Amino acid sequence: MDQSALKERILTLVPKAEYQENKQFLTFVIPPDQLHELALHLRNDADFAFDYLFCLSGVDRVNVLEVVYHLESTIHKHQLVLKVRTSDRENGAFETVCDIWRTAELHEREVFDLFGIRFNNHPDLRRFFLDENWVGHPLRKDYKDEINIIEL
Amino acid sequence: MNDVLNPQFIPIGEEEYHVNIGPQHPSTHGVLRLVVSLQGETVKSLKPHCGYIHRGIEKMCEKDTYPQIIHLTDRMDYLSAHINNHAVCLLVENALEVEVPERVKYIRTIIDELTRIASHQLWWCSFGMDMGGQTCYFYGLRDREKVLDIFEESFGSRLLHSYYTPGGLMMDIHPNFQKRVKEFIKYFRKKIRDYDDILTGNVIMHERTKGIGIISKEDVISYGVTGPTGRGSGFSCDVRKHHPYAAYDKVEFNEILETAGDTFARYMVRMGEFRESMKIIEQLIDNIPEGDYSAKMKAVIKLPAGEYYQRVEAARGELGVYVISDGNKTPYRMKFRSPNLSNLSALDHMCRGYKIADLIAIGGSLDYVIPDIDR
Repeated sequence: MDQSALKERILTLVPKAEYQENKQFLTFVIPPDQLHELALHLRNDADFAFDYLFCLSGVDRVNVLEVVYHLESTIHKHQLVLKVRTSDRENGAFETVCDIWRTAELHEREVFDLFGIRFNNHPDLRRFFLDENWVGHPLRKDYKDEINIIEL
Repeated sequence: MNDVLNPQFIPIGEEEYHVNIGPQHPSTHGVLRLVVSLQGETVKSLKPHCGYIHRGIEKMCEKDTYPQIIHLTDRMDYLSAHINNHAVCLLVENALEVEVPERVKYIRTIIDELTRIASHQLWWCSFGMDMGGQTCYFYGLRDREKVLDIFEESFGSRLLHSYYTPGGLMMDIHPNFQKRVKEFIKYFRKKIRDYDDILTGNVIMHERTKGIGIISKEDVISYGVTGPTGRGSGFSCDVRKHHPYAAYDKVEFNEILETAGDTFARYMVRMGEFRESMKIIEQLIDNIPEGDYSAKMKAVIKLPAGEYYQRVEAARGELGVYVISDGNKTPYRMKFRSPNLSNLSALDHMCRGYKIADLIAIGGSLDYVIPDIDR
């Protein structure tokens, strides 16, 4: 499917999806409550067949916390980027996608560890790189570490 | 240690017990800890524990300029340092729409493939040693030394090169470069037959690898396993073929695919890649165009506000660099999609039901580099 057809199909599936201008990938911001349903459809529908999640990243945009999913179809070779956002910095949570793409299990643990974003129904949500007793989430913009981070 | 004893995470049955492999264990090839749940000698499940060398490279990148970031990428997957550099350079060049000279593209492609050969040589020798063949280790390192000597002559370092810069190369290649690369290819074409004689045809090796650690193509895609490990299961994932960069669209080479999905298939993919890499180098080495070794770049590199993604084929799989820029000289957020982390996520699936000695063979065939997982 080419980008314009893909864009139309996504917008009919999720009318609330917000299209974002990007030169490289077709990008949408999705309402968090529709994420899991849409992700499952995107993988299972033969026209989409997004079977390969090649990147999962967390982003701290100061007013919102964001998770970005880079998807590719190994059959049709088309790509898509989905984003979900939450303004809740304390208890922000999204539905996990690790039952859809198994690779998400470790990547979601990494995002939880470094950004403090929770993933509901994740089988084993623990810190990944840092110690269990670590305070704070280092990749957040408001993270303070006076010993290790030298401000110039 | 708490989580090992906590039954919430790992169920402790009557006859099940847990063994910590690592963080200090030769077969984990670095500081990785695997908590293996065993029943007798059979692996029931496995949990990787990461972070022993987490340096916060992504956080550091937010304070560094793009030329500085190049030096950090060396320290991720140090065995394919050039290819990591290449990813960041390509990202900056594409974002600024800079056209790099043809000479740079050719040299980068040759050096990327030399890096891949050197990396696979180290994999081959340590894989042989994991299987109990000490000889392999000396043969592999002996030949890797030849590649490192070429690197050292041309740009002064053997492991952490930082040779690529946004727009081109740090300096031009040494006058001896072409001659020595050709000598090396001639030498290695002979020596790779020794590799086959020692290990590929070895009956003990066949017994330990054939039918061990099988993973299907569907699972490989779902786990995001790429590189030789993914191609061993028939997942066509070579970035050089699907999203060509540098001079890869000008050369003839095959993507090595195997369908068995076992440890032996992954071994055979890498053995094939040795020959494909040499084929690529042979096509380019005599045709390096004359010209500048770098495009003209501004002294301070600022990416226009926006999001950029660049993928390259590192020695272990697909490396992705994701940058969100707000128009400053430092990135707002930089994410490295490391091939090893995704490959590691499939280790649990691959090892279940096999013996603990097979775990060493499967781990060897994944060829993980821990600094790339931890970043």
